[in-house]
Amino acid sequence: MSLLKVDNLSVSFHTRNGSHQAVKNVSFTVEPREITAIIGESGSGKSVSCYAMLGLVPTPPGRIDGGSALFEGADLLALGERELRAIRGRDIAMIFQDPMTCLNPFMAIGQQLIEPLRLHKGLSAKDAKIRAIELLDEVGIRSPADTFDSYPHEFSGGMRQRVMIAMALINEPKLLIADEPTTALDVTIQAQILRLIADLQKNRDIGVLFISHDLAVVADIADQIIVMEQGVMVEHGSPDAIFNHAQHPYTQKLLAAIPSGHRTAERIKPDPLIAVTHLRTWFYPSNAREPVKAVDDVSLEIHRGEVLGLVGESGSGKSTLGRSLLRLAPITEGSVVFDGTDLTQLEGNPLKAFRRRMQMIFQDPFASLNPRMTVYDTLAEPLLLHKICDRKNLDAAIATLMDDVGLARAFIRKYPHEFSGGQRQRIAIGRALATKPEFIVADEPVSALDVTIQAQILELLVALGREHGLTMLFVSHDMAVIRQIADRVMVMYQGKLVEQGDTEEIFGHPREAYTQSLLASIPGVALSA
Amino acid sequence: MLRFMLIRILQALPVIFVVITATFFLVRSAPGGPFDQEKVVIPEVKKALEAQYKLDLPLHEQYFAYLGDLAQGDLGPSFKYPGRSVNEILFSGLPVTAELGFYALLIALCIGVTAGVFASLRPNTAQDYIPMSLAMIGICMPSFLLGPLLVLVFGIWLDWLPITGWGDIPGDKILPSITLGSAYAAYIARLSRAGMLEILSQDYIRTARAKGLPEWLVVTRHALRGGLIPVIAFLGPAFAGLLAGSFVVETIFQIPGLGRFYVQAAFNRDYTMILGTTVFLSTLIVFFNLVSDITAAWLNPRLRAQFKGGSR
Amino acid sequence: MSTETSLSLTDAEQGSSLWHDAWIRLSKNKMAVGGGCILLTFILVALLTPWIAPYSYEAQNLDLGASPPSLSHWLGTDIFGRDVLTQIMYGGRVSLAVGFIATGVALIIGVTWGAVAGYVGGRIDAVMMRLVDILYALPFMIFIVLLMVIFGRNVLLLFLAIGAVEWLTMARIMRSQVQSLRQQEFVEAAVSLGLSPATIIRRHVIPNALGPIIVYTTLTIPSVMLLEAFLSFLGLGIQPPQTSWGLLISYGAETMEEYPWLLLFPGLALTITLFSLNFLGDGLRDALDVRGSKD
Repeated sequence: MSLLKVDNLSVSFHTRNGSHQAVKNVSFTVEPREITAIIGESGSGKSVSCYAMLGLVPTPPGRIDGGSALFEGADLLALGERELRAIRGRDIAMIFQDPMTCLNPFMAIGQQLIEPLRLHKGLSAKDAKIRAIELLDEVGIRSPADTFDSYPHEFSGGMRQRVMIAMALINEPKLLIADEPTTALDVTIQAQILRLIADLQKNRDIGVLFISHDLAVVADIADQIIVMEQGVMVEHGSPDAIFNHAQHPYTQKLLAAIPSGHRTAERIKPDPLIAVTHLRTWFYPSNAREPVKAVDDVSLEIHRGEVLGLVGESGSGKSTLGRSLLRLAPITEGSVVFDGTDLTQLEGNPLKAFRRRMQMIFQDPFASLNPRMTVYDTLAEPLLLHKICDRKNLDAAIATLMDDVGLARAFIRKYPHEFSGGQRQRIAIGRALATKPEFIVADEPVSALDVTIQAQILELLVALGREHGLTMLFVSHDMAVIRQIADRVMVMYQGKLVEQGDTEEIFGHPREAYTQSLLASIPGVALSA
Repeated sequence: MLRFMLIRILQALPVIFVVITATFFLVRSAPGGPFDQEKVVIPEVKKALEAQYKLDLPLHEQYFAYLGDLAQGDLGPSFKYPGRSVNEILFSGLPVTAELGFYALLIALCIGVTAGVFASLRPNTAQDYIPMSLAMIGICMPSFLLGPLLVLVFGIWLDWLPITGWGDIPGDKILPSITLGSAYAAYIARLSRAGMLEILSQDYIRTARAKGLPEWLVVTRHALRGGLIPVIAFLGPAFAGLLAGSFVVETIFQIPGLGRFYVQAAFNRDYTMILGTTVFLSTLIVFFNLVSDITAAWLNPRLRAQFKGGSR
Repeated sequence: MSTETSLSLTDAEQGSSLWHDAWIRLSKNKMAVGGGCILLTFILVALLTPWIAPYSYEAQNLDLGASPPSLSHWLGTDIFGRDVLTQIMYGGRVSLAVGFIATGVALIIGVTWGAVAGYVGGRIDAVMMRLVDILYALPFMIFIVLLMVIFGRNVLLLFLAIGAVEWLTMARIMRSQVQSLRQQEFVEAAVSLGLSPATIIRRHVIPNALGPIIVYTTLTIPSVMLLEAFLSFLGLGIQPPQTSWGLLISYGAETMEEYPWLLLFPGLALTITLFSLNFLGDGLRDALDVRGSKD
């Protein structure tokens, strides 16, 4: 008997701007004691389906058009609010993506933990506290009794997620719905949390519905995988069936988009374009006594024509290092020599001349374009500033750029908010290329994009790099992406350079312990088999 | 937390000092002395009076003498009412104004918070539009318009409530309190609505619902804590505004409070009275701002921890 | 690579800027549009008053005295027989002028101060904002009353005093806007392109900071008008022979039992104007708040 049987579920949204069918006739089952994963990109309707079942979709804009969701014999969609509430938090529990915003910052975590217990099981405060501390221990929180009265902001991201998991499991639910629970976490923490969820599921014999955009993440733990696209379920099956015998073109596209393989290692001639010596970028925030050592004594060389991958988790300093090379972050000490000139000594017009030769592509395609400038203006700005062309040839130059990055010329007068994330990133790449730079720092350029778009943009970057003979510093936290496009790799941890070497050397024979743990955390072991 | 409080208190002291100094020199630099407007005074008598009030000393000496008196809590004698000191007059009016302010604030908080929270629960529906329209009226109708209107309707036409005095006739505290409090009820209603809307759209409210909590618990236990912080922070400026508003309300309803004395002193150029009242009121305002700032900060656990030092 | 080298701009689809989107959103907000229209009407009337007022400003009719609304005097007359409608029109000129001019002064000082502090940051920012903090903590209402009494009933001083109070909040808003913008990646991109700070502020920062400034300005005008009315009511603001709505209300309050229309009509004029400004401001806030749609 299935734990959850969803049949022909349809959900739509109706706003002033129009109606939108978010979920169309979706049917699936979740078996007890199994992990079922729902995979989809943004707009696939994967989250909406689950929220709708629990009545968590606000029904003025949303509307359940039809279908049923049988849980233990009762149709969740037909239940009244009171009955649904009894099930929520007791028989079906949810954990969400961002534990920082999902926990009440004004309440101690202990209070939040015991809430479902007291609400559904009527325990006294004392008994509930004992139970809560047991659970905190089970999810791996150290000294749980002491942390009972702490506030969410006192925990790290991974710890907070553990608290959320404890809170969800405290009433021993039969079904746990996890909505992208590891997306906001560092890769090593992600591995730990995945492990935790898998272990808890086994020990407690519950069913898990795991929502994600990342096939690699669920490859290791799912028993069944469901693929959704634009509100429709396109395929489902066991991991083996999906990964090795995918039927639907969309599934195949998703699989193809997973970064794999590696750059054909052309031997790069050691010809340093950039030489960094003992670089320190320290920040001195006003309310802290200790400076934040974002980049702490880093020395490296980047050779002409190579793609250097810079990998690390949050707080490693990789973004700050990239920005420091471009003089976008205040360098405290050390030197950055670009083609023979020390950039740290330059100001004003000499610096401006060098800026033309080095550009940056930023992570967030929504924030890196001025929302009040059209594409034309955004591309014209660097062209005119550095006199790459004069006003007569401006149109032609912009047209060429648009073609290079694969954007239709007809879009030239549109504003950033009228484009998708992938298109905006293309505009940003176009802007970076406008000054015909020799060196580009790409700071997590694809991390904010859907996986299929990610693949396209990576392809574009590689092609453009080859075509224009660019030297690139590619910063990312995603090891798989780095492996695909970098010639050499550097690993950073807490401001320091931990290891560097050729890509295959690092991936095949990592020397440092941290590098090894990073590599071990890459999800999708099942895929590369 | 203690360190934060200390810093804030130390920041407030120069402000008070600036107030005292600026007021002193401003008042003294105005043309004309306190006795110039009176009936003609014989020069010798005028000189004697000036000596008595230390007006014949050089300005900076008067300043330091004043500071010295202040340190002892002595705000000096009144020019207008010889024989009475500023302290005396101030403290006769203070309880009245304090009571008026208290009732007004009570009305403002009770009505404002209830209306604002209520409206935030169903935005863009009648439950929202009606209280917020009333709030808009409260903001757009100043106390000096509302007061006379209320007097006209309830005092004169309907003759339900008394329209002057404070504490003389039962019910004479109602109209002034409503007049003074209504604008603040309106501001507080808007603030609490905005604060609640912001909090209700947060992810952790969804988590609370996912735990199966009934909506009223979600609102009271989870949403209110964060949603009302803007209201707490507003209390400091509200206090200053209430004080200023009391000038008008006390004038309209002829209430013998601080506000009315202040306005009269301003007209009469009663130096010590102006000085004393300004210093006193300003210190009160600074103090209240301090309390409201510290409370609002204390209510946010993240800020609280920042000043205790260190996180896990 | 394409061989076509000319961008046929007539083929390019017209984009819809954020301002345009906001304008459409605003025009759908009936209350805001209503408020805007009323406001425009009042402003127009105020500007044209010397030509369209039914009676001259000084014309008295002592025989008539105070009389309720009638065909020849739509809003009645005051105790000197002066037409109330005319009084309100002339009073409106003063009240609206004070509102807009004082707000304008506050705007210019506040925006410049805040923009510099926000963009430059560091020491200079700390000093500039410390000054703002100290001034902010001073109980201004009391000081204004003080100033008005001491320095006489000078209209210019009135503007300056009111402007001096309002610029502080403007500066704070501008500074926080500029600060958050400065950390936005498109500003970083502008720096990495090599643009000068002045150009960056002009082309990238200010257009994006305007939203809250516009909203706040629209909401400051009514608060300034209230302040002027408050002072005039206490006798500390506009002085006769000039008139303002605040003054008219204070006269009306004195004689409200016998001649309620002397209180009601000026009061109505002020309240309607304040309503319009507030609705417009709220509408602008809603319209401009969406910082461009995300996917």
